[in-house]
Parts: sequence; C-alpha cells; structure tokens
Amino acid sequence: MSGPLLEVDGLRVGFATEDGRVQAVDGVDFRLEAGEVLAIVGESGSGKSVTAQTIIGLTRSPNTFVEGSVKLNGEELTTQTEAQLQDVRGSKIAMIFQDPMTSFNPVYSIGRQMVEAIRAHDRSIDKKAAHRRAAELLDAVGIPDADRRVDDYPHEFSGGMRQRAMIAMGLALEPSVLIADEPTTALDVTIQAQILDLIQDLNRSRGLATILITHDLGVVAEVADRVLVMYGGKVVERGSLDDIFYDPQHPYTWGLLGSLTRLDQPRPHRLPQISGAPPSLLNLPTGCAFRPRCPHEFGKCGEVPGLEARLADSPEHRDRCWLTPEQKRAMRQIEGRIGLEEPA
Amino acid sequence: MLRFLVRRLIGAIAVLFAISILVFLIFNVVPATNPAQRIAGKNATPQLIKSVEEEWGFDKSLPEQYWTQMKLIFTGQVTSYNSHVNIDERILEGIPATASLCIGAAIIWLAFGILFGYLSAIRAGGFTDRALTVLALIGISMPVFWLASILLYYLTYKIELFPSNGYQPLSNPWEWFTHLILPWISLAVLYVGFYSRVLRSSMLDVMNEDYVRTARAKGLSHRRVMTRHVLRNSLIPVITLFGLDFGAVIGGGAIITEFMFNIHGVGYFTAEALKNQDFPSIMAVAIFGAFFIVLFNMFVDIAYAYLDPRIRLGTQAT
Amino acid sequence: MSEALLEVTDLVKHFPIKSGLLIDRTVDYVRAVDGISFNVAKGETLGLVGESGSGKSTACRAVLQLLKPTSGSVKFEGREIAGLGRRDLQPLRREMQMIFQDPYASLNPRKRVGQIVGDQLKIQKVASGKELRTRVEGLLDRVGLSPEHINRFPHEFSGGQRQRIGIARALALEPKLVICDEPVSALDVSIQAQIVNLLDDLQDEMGLTYVFVAHDIGVVRHISDQIAVMNHGKIVETGDADQVCEHPRDEYTKKLLAAVPIPDPKESRARRERTTAG
Repeated sequence: MSGPLLEVDGLRVGFATEDGRVQAVDGVDFRLEAGEVLAIVGESGSGKSVTAQTIIGLTRSPNTFVEGSVKLNGEELTTQTEAQLQDVRGSKIAMIFQDPMTSFNPVYSIGRQMVEAIRAHDRSIDKKAAHRRAAELLDAVGIPDADRRVDDYPHEFSGGMRQRAMIAMGLALEPSVLIADEPTTALDVTIQAQILDLIQDLNRSRGLATILITHDLGVVAEVADRVLVMYGGKVVERGSLDDIFYDPQHPYTWGLLGSLTRLDQPRPHRLPQISGAPPSLLNLPTGCAFRPRCPHEFGKCGEVPGLEARLADSPEHRDRCWLTPEQKRAMRQIEGRIGLEEPA
Repeated sequence: MLRFLVRRLIGAIAVLFAISILVFLIFNVVPATNPAQRIAGKNATPQLIKSVEEEWGFDKSLPEQYWTQMKLIFTGQVTSYNSHVNIDERILEGIPATASLCIGAAIIWLAFGILFGYLSAIRAGGFTDRALTVLALIGISMPVFWLASILLYYLTYKIELFPSNGYQPLSNPWEWFTHLILPWISLAVLYVGFYSRVLRSSMLDVMNEDYVRTARAKGLSHRRVMTRHVLRNSLIPVITLFGLDFGAVIGGGAIITEFMFNIHGVGYFTAEALKNQDFPSIMAVAIFGAFFIVLFNMFVDIAYAYLDPRIRLGTQAT
Repeated sequence: MSEALLEVTDLVKHFPIKSGLLIDRTVDYVRAVDGISFNVAKGETLGLVGESGSGKSTACRAVLQLLKPTSGSVKFEGREIAGLGRRDLQPLRREMQMIFQDPYASLNPRKRVGQIVGDQLKIQKVASGKELRTRVEGLLDRVGLSPEHINRFPHEFSGGQRQRIGIARALALEPKLVICDEPVSALDVSIQAQIVNLLDDLQDEMGLTYVFVAHDIGVVRHISDQIAVMNHGKIVETGDADQVCEHPRDEYTKKLLAAVPIPDPKESRARRERTTAG
C-alpha cells in the first residue's frame, strides 16, 4: 500500500467569537501510516483537540473557518459535504473521547448505542445480528460476561469498562484510523495501563493507525512512535519518540520533560517548572508564542520561527526555535535533567 | 422499581390525607364565625342552621366532625344549601366539559411548545429564535381573561367567526369542536410560551453534552442525532412539567377560561361557588383538585423513572 | 523527632445502604474508610495515594470532621476531635484547612477574590477593616498573585491562578494542618509544577503540616516525607516516601507502581520486556 493513510497539510482552524477571531490551529502538517501511533502533545489552548475534531469535520459551523487539506487515502475531506463526512465517521475514521461517563448517552444501554453505531451506515443490518456483534466486540476488548453486560446502562459500568466499551464501539466498523482524545486522562493509573495495552494490541493486530492526543508524556513514552508537540495552535516540535525524549530541541518540550516526576530516579530538590501560563488564543504574543515564558529568548524571537529541520542528520526532526542546535544542547541540561529554571 | 412504585403510592395517599385535614381545618376551624352558619349559606334561617349543625356534627368533637364531613363528601351526599344541588353530582357532570377543554388545550400547547422550542434551539441566536422568544414572552405575559375577552369580542361578536354560547357536548362533534377552539387557544397560549422556553433551554444544554458529540462522531445522520439523542433527553424536563401542569388544569384549575367562555365544567362550578361563598362546594372542589394534582405528580415521578434509567436502577456501578 | 500533630487511629467511615419496600432497612454498608491509622509529624508531609474508590477523599473529610466518623480516633495536637460537636469544633477549624481539587468549582463565582480569601478572617473575628485588607493583599502576594486582583471575580482567572486563590484562602487563618485533596490534578502540566513548588515553599515559610492526596504517585513522592497507600478503604502500606516507591512491600503497591508510565522510552521498553519475560 503506497502513500500514507492520512495526510494533513497546512491545517488552520479559526473561530469567530464574541471577542474576536481566535486561531485555534495555525498550520499543522503530518502524515500517518498504518500501524503507527502518532502522539499529539499539548496543554489547554494548544489546538490539539481542535485539530483532531476537524479531521472528521466535527468543528464545522457557521463560525468556523477551516483552511488547508486533510486527505484520507488521497481523498480530500475538508471539502466534503456533511452527508459524505457522516459516511467517513465511524466507518473509516473513528474517534473516542476523554470522559467515558459523559460520552455515552445515559438513557440507552451500551448495547443499544453500539448497535446504533453498527447500523449507522447500513440500516439493512439485522438488529439481532448487530446486537450479537456488539456482545462479541465487548468480549474482544476484555469485558467479562459480555453477553449479559451488553444490555447494561453506562452508569452500571466502571470507568475502565466504559472506556473499553467506547473503544469497542469505535472499532465496530473496522476503521483504518482511530483518533483517541485523552482516552486515559479520566482513568486510574492501573486502568490506564490496561487501556494503553489494549490500544497497542489493536494497533499491531489490525494495522490500525492511531492518533493519540494527550498531555501526559509518560503515556506518550509508552505507546507512541512519533510525536507532535503543540503550543498556541502551532506545532513547535515534531519527531520520532526517541528524538523528542532524548534530543528535544524546543524549550517548551524541555519544560514539559523537566517537570515530569520520575519514580526511578532520585527526587530533585525542586520540581523544574515553566513560569507563566499557556497563552490565551485571543492575545497571542507577536513572534514566538512561547517567548514570554522562555528564559532563553533573545532578539530574533520577535519573528515567528518556521518549523524546520535544523539537525543535519535528522530531517524528520523539526522544531520552531531560533537557537542553534549547539546552543540548545548547552542550555538544556540542569541538575542532570532537562528543565528550564535553576533550582532555588 | 417495585419499591419505588409502592413508596410513591403510599406517599400519594399520605399527601391526600394531609390535604383533606388541611381543607377541613381551613374551612371549619380557622374562621371565627359559626361554621354551621357559613355552611347554611347567606339566607339561612335559624332552624336551617340548627339542622346543619346536627347533620354536619358541629356539636361533636373535631375528629368526629372531620370524619362526618369527609364521609359526606366522599359518599356523594353533600348538598349545597345555597343552590340545593348535590355537589358531587355537579362536579361529575362538569368533568366532560373540563376534560374536553383541558385535553384539547394540552395537545395544542404541547405541539406548539415543542415545535417552537425546537426551532428556537436549533437556530439559537438567529432571527427565528429572537422572534419566537418575543412571541413566547408575549404569550406568557397575556392574562387569560384579557386574551379571552379580546378573542370573544373580535371573533364572536364583531365578526361572527366562532360561536359563543358555551360548551356543546360531544354528541354533536362539529359544534363541540367549534365551540372549543377559542377556549383552547386562550388556555394554551400561556403554556406554549413557557414550554418553548423550557425546551429551548433544555436542548441547548443537551446539545453541548459529550454524548451528542459521540453520536456525531459515530457518523449518525443529523436527524438521528437530533431525535434519538438530543430530543429524547431534552424532553424529560418538559414531560415532567407537563404532568404537573395538566394535573392542575384538569383538576378544575382552568377557572378563568371556563368562566369567560361559559363552559360549565368543574372550573366554572368553582368560580360560582367562590362568588356565592358556598363553602361545601369549595371544600369539595379543593379536594377534587388536590386529588388530580397528587395523581399526576405520581405519574410524573413514574414517568421520570422510566425515562431515566439511573433513577430506575439506582447508581451502583459493578 | 517532632511530635505528631495529627494522630489517626482505626478511623472508620461507613455509609449505610438502605433497602426495603416500605421501610428503609440498612442491609449493608459501603466501607469507604475501613479502619486506617497514621501519624503526621509537625512540619512534615504525608502523601496519601490511591485510586478512585480507595477512600482517600472520604478519609480526608473524616479527619477534618467534615464527615462524622463512624468510629475511630482523630487526635489533633494530642486532643481528641472525633465526634466533637459543632461548637467545640469551631475554634479548631482555624487550625485545620483544606485545599480542593477543582479550581473551577471550589470558588464561589459570585464573590470577589478579596471576599473569598478574607471572609474567614471576618467570621472568626480575627481582623476587619483596613487590617483585613492588608492581610488579604499579603496573602495574595504570598501565593504569587497581585494585590490588585482583590476586586476581581474567579472567572477572570486561569485554573492555576484560581488554585492559588484557593491556597490563599486556606492559609488566611494561619492553620497548622492543611489537607490538599488532589490540588494539581485538574491543572495543565506546566502549571502543576508551579503549584507543587509553591506548596513546598509555603510549608517551609509557615511551618505547615500537609496531608497531600493525589493519584499521581510521582507528584506525591516529590512533596511527601511519608507515604500511605490506600486500597478499598484500608492502608496497605506506609513508610518513608522513597522507600515505598523504590522498595514496595505490598502487592497492591507494587501493582500500582508498575502501572505508572515511565516517561523514558528506552526504560519503558525495557520494563515491558522484563514483564513479558518474567
């Protein structure tokens, strides 16, 4: 199979709000191949969720302005009609969300909602057959006693079970792409580990391509193949998993990595932190969006840096920072860790 | 579920009992004048008062009085001394008229209330929404007696488009229908306003819920998302509200409408009783009305449990 | 060795489950907290770790007497407070405070920041008028906010700033014990470290004693001296923070630690190979 499964080029998403135009996503490019996991990392206002939702057109409204291209198997999605996109959703690209409690309708049983998903694109499928398939799917994702539980209501499932059911429902029609928006954030850590294992299994066994959206770098380290780091609507660094963790080029990435706690290492005297707060999209700074929080900023940062590969031997590893690779390597190490502030 | 039903039923009976005691106290104990005199009415002779005293047991203890009066009311023996009519019979006679008025109005107000609320919500902020909001507010602000007067004046007097001689029984369907159109409109306008606002608000909340986003992400058609997910959940508060409102009007609460349009139902009877200070009648309709409100309250609770499985099944996760 | 500020012994909080057609009979109990014991020395931090349903939040509320314990003893500065009436608890409320998880829900949106932080000082009759204002401004400054924020409303602030307001409120009465119930879970990652460091600093400056509850073991370990691990209402392991994290003894603790993702791809791969091989 030639060519990437999903191609996103120059994606820009703006919203017209009462307070003015907000550019939630400002130029995102990436390719996704079958069998790989791409992690999009960012915090509030980074644009990661809007990017994901725009891929399947969930953000469409009279107040939304989308530019750029999203191609699935070469076919352009941004220009399709709502009806055409409805065909794509669920059957070719599936999306699951953060909170499984509120993501299921509380008044219908899980089985009924799964049957709805199964029959969404083909109403000729027999209801009983769909119901049986729903039970099979629940069993396949590890829900015990699936035949009985398929008729239970969402509130009768525990959080982890609900998320499994959500994944089962998403994969019911065997899509080729799964977009998971913070799938484990609302779950306990032991359940999180199970869900991540499940996603990885499905990736390998079905050749699924997954976009994993998260703010948790620990999760990224466990399952991702490639990483996109977003800040203020732009991609500020992009590369392979090893690139990002062992040779990070952007000060924001350093900050994120530095503020992580490591159970397998001695405690630092003080948690390295990033000062300030994520920018409001209404009031983005001129030049590099990270500038107000960056202790290494200098004159040139008043110009928005382009997302470029600055390392000679890693053309796929790109970042948006004017510092030279040598300067970056020098500034990056503090107390043996990657961080941004001197300990007190 | 059984536990839920049993408790509701017992609760309803307990409330009715409490209401009957309250009515008794209000009409017999609280006022300072001689209860027998009040019951006997304005034109009572001393002999009449004496016989009322005996029949109603005012010479006995309070609990015995209560028991006697309730017996009279519930066994259909209470008579209005004013009009010499058996009150219970009169109430029963009035039920078809009241039912015709209320059920017809209810259908209208549900249909239009939901329609307008739906349109407002899906075009929230736009011209349709604003226009419907203004209409709703006008509907809510119009007093029923004023609207009824206007309709009567312009549509039955100035232009004789509709008849005005009160209620006609169902035996003559066309007459029955034409005589009820204006009363239906008068009664329904207020509720159309309310219900459209309630549904609009409820839908706007539900449309922002995560599960609606999931439904769209599954590739469901817009129509399916709106009916199966949005409306299904948005209508829950509307239905519960409807149960209470309907219970109130059918229990004789449409007093002004019935009076204005000369519909001799339970509400009309109540208006007359109030005008004539006919206490036995007032007591009887108070209990009649309370019965319906409590009944419909119970229906609403049961409906709610049916509509929301979390209430039905309890919230224990397994 | 500092003496224990807080001594909890066999604390139990059960919630009755009622059933029955006509009359409610208690058929069983939800054993939210099922007999826990721990001590916290003055100036130290006890980290309480557990997953949802472990009982850690209920335990906090039972310790502070926000919920009446079913049984057990809670001694604050040597004095028994479990089961005390509202009157007797009133003066103690100054000494024990709580910081909550959700910075969006825990601040009254209709009150100004100055009121939120200063109300307790007024209610407990500690300060009023000009002195009140000075103290509130001082508190805001201490937590990294500007004194001019005193007249703003919570919705004008970001999550991290609101959490700072919550901290200022908790510290207004200069308590001795502060229970932090998931204070950073709802915040952006880059802000979490700021708040954790702030809490650390304030502890040093004001000699505070913390009980720090969170499900993120890494953060708990960073700020705690001692850690207690809770599961199904019981404490399954207690000990020095580093000890518990590096050499856990209890099976559940081991399971919990093994599930924490390692933010290091090579290490994480190696661990996975170890578990599939072993």
